[in-house]
Amino acid sequence: MIDILVIGSGGAGLTAALSAKDVGASVLVVGKAYPTNSQTSMAQGGMNAALGNAGEDSIEAHIEDTLKSAHELCDEERIKRMCSSAPSAIKWLESIGVPFSRLDNEKSGIDTIAQRQMGGASAKRACYAQDYTGLKILHTLYDTCLKHKVDFLDEHYLLSLVVENGICKGATFLDIRTGEVKQINAKSVIIATGGYAGFYHNYTTNMTGATGDGIAAVLRAGGAVSDMEFVQFHPTALKSSSILISESARGEGGYLVNTEGERFIDELKPRDVVARAIYEQFQKGQEVFLDIRHLGEEKLMELLPQEVELCKLHENVDPAKELIPIKPVAHYSMGGIDVNSILEVEGIQGCFAVGECSNAKVHGANRLGGNSLLEITTFGKFAGEHAHRYATTSNVTQADDTQLQQDKQYIENLYKQNAPLNFYGQREKLGKLLYENAGMVRNNKDLNYALDEITAMQQNISHMGIEDKSMTNNTNLIDFLEFTNTILLSSTIVSAAIARDESRGAHYKEEFPKQNDEKFKNHIVFQWKKENA
Amino acid sequence: MTLNILRSEINSHQTYTLEEKETTLLHALSHIKTTHDATLTFTEGCRASVCGTCAVRVNGKEELACAYKVQDGDTVEPLNYHPVLRDLKVDKNKAKETLVKSSAWLHDFQEATLTHKDEKFTETQTDCILCNSCYSACPVYAVMPDFLGPFALTRAYRYSVDKREENVKGILDNVQTNGVWDCTLCGECTLACPKGIDPKMDIMMLRSKSLQSGHSDPTLAQENFGEPSFGF
Repeated sequence: MIDILVIGSGGAGLTAALSAKDVGASVLVVGKAYPTNSQTSMAQGGMNAALGNAGEDSIEAHIEDTLKSAHELCDEERIKRMCSSAPSAIKWLESIGVPFSRLDNEKSGIDTIAQRQMGGASAKRACYAQDYTGLKILHTLYDTCLKHKVDFLDEHYLLSLVVENGICKGATFLDIRTGEVKQINAKSVIIATGGYAGFYHNYTTNMTGATGDGIAAVLRAGGAVSDMEFVQFHPTALKSSSILISESARGEGGYLVNTEGERFIDELKPRDVVARAIYEQFQKGQEVFLDIRHLGEEKLMELLPQEVELCKLHENVDPAKELIPIKPVAHYSMGGIDVNSILEVEGIQGCFAVGECSNAKVHGANRLGGNSLLEITTFGKFAGEHAHRYATTSNVTQADDTQLQQDKQYIENLYKQNAPLNFYGQREKLGKLLYENAGMVRNNKDLNYALDEITAMQQNISHMGIEDKSMTNNTNLIDFLEFTNTILLSSTIVSAAIARDESRGAHYKEEFPKQNDEKFKNHIVFQWKKENA
Repeated sequence: MTLNILRSEINSHQTYTLEEKETTLLHALSHIKTTHDATLTFTEGCRASVCGTCAVRVNGKEELACAYKVQDGDTVEPLNYHPVLRDLKVDKNKAKETLVKSSAWLHDFQEATLTHKDEKFTETQTDCILCNSCYSACPVYAVMPDFLGPFALTRAYRYSVDKREENVKGILDNVQTNGVWDCTLCGECTLACPKGIDPKMDIMMLRSKSLQSGHSDPTLAQENFGEPSFGF
């Protein structure tokens, strides 16, 4: 039996695998695609660390900014741990060869790493690699995994965690290529499967596969998920394609203007504030544009080459000469798997969660730009260490095949199930429903409407299913399995949003526009109780 | 507007008719799958040219489906030299082994003084998204399946010129066999790369670094002992 099964091969999973391998554990990383395909590749702006390379900064200021943005819904100790570990995480990334952007300051090591301004930050704190920070960190992590002979199993889709008497002993997967359902036994499991902003289908910067698979698996296995109502909307996605234009475009001096050409908000306020200001403009019938023309073509190509290319391709706009039409869309999920201070899942022993899928309570009600790459690299390391400690000190016995048989049966039944209702149409419908009723600005009437619709969809799921009956390489089946997770977790987002009669960070409710600490300074947690377990 | 897609189950092209409007190929593929034919199989990810998942060949040329605008009558096929799993979905595992064989990572770290100019030196090479377009475009694979190939060699080059690398020789030693000398310098990889990377140039640079570190061009050695060749 392997020591540690890492599920998910993005930045968090790879960091966890490397750290576990480093302390001597046997590790297997399993993912539904290939390692470098993950969402981490899309992180553009940077990774926060108070290095003070581009002006004065301190770890205290980083902690302070993060706490402020979290709106009291966080764990101060963990934020301190994350922010104070940031410089050493950068040092580690430097040592494996991440090609950071540099300053000409005649210093050496990490003291030459360039840092830029991001929203909600009191200093130029985000270390970056042009506007490809996530991509370059992810690929360097992958190269390092190959160097250290980390074992990978690609194209395996997570079905269930294998849990016996509250102890996690592995997981079951669908081998996408062969269609076989498999069980992988392990002494401990690290879930690093990413977030759920992809539920806002067509209204999200996320990839289609950001469907909260690990979060749904935890919920089904009896673990806890929390703060699901907190979904961050990124202010600047391209209007027609929802493709992200990095916050660094504003950090570098970009303006937001309306149809009249007027600026209406301090562009460097936190994302929730800027997104709502844009929403208000929409309500007034205004369109909103990002204006980076004044930065000049040369500077744009130097600092934001990717954005320039994406604007031309997807919006037919040359940002050096024209305004970029934008809209805010779902970008990041703060909520997720509820974990304790060693990142162990509440309710499931021996199972750890890290990255966007986990709710480590370091982002609270609103994540700061540049703090997610920081979370995956700092907490990824802790997750690997804690999982290893658990694997070596507990006597985990191998699980039987109850879960495996159950999952085999489930997949077999799906092949037999008739599908008069096309779930792809339902996926579109759900994305729009969530964006319109559980978006940047919410109210209980719309939220209740959304919940009714989701409940109806849930009841209708027996009329949906797969049209493609191929046993091998069936992406129709994977899409459907992802959609079942989407429906399951969407109801938790909306239910929690209904319960939270206040406004805090990314959750804004029209009829309760103020933060109400007396009643709501707490986490809304979902956990299934097993009857007669 | 019509789109011809190579379907593996019938081993021939299937024609789909689409509404006349500007659309990316990925969007068109998604539209077909979600509304017409759920069996059409392809891979997708970020929609923004950065996850490397959706590369295919359009009219014989490698393209990222998310960054290609569909033209009437386009023919869409899977990448070359990759085992086809189904339709446009290919197995990339063998191609990825080239990264291991060429040991394309930082071998021994040393602290260095890196400047803005140093950053620029490997900026383009590190834009690689591992979409495997260059591997598909490389004609060497037709005769030499174990060739290390463009993306692995570009990556090896990128680490070999990193000032933080103390053991450059360690990298160069691993790109000699089936490596830098087996490239024909045809430049197809450079044309295929969606990120503007020039693997041909990187391979030429690796050759000169190899010579400097004591390696020799094995094709020249062969020529000395055999028939003169004016190949390439």
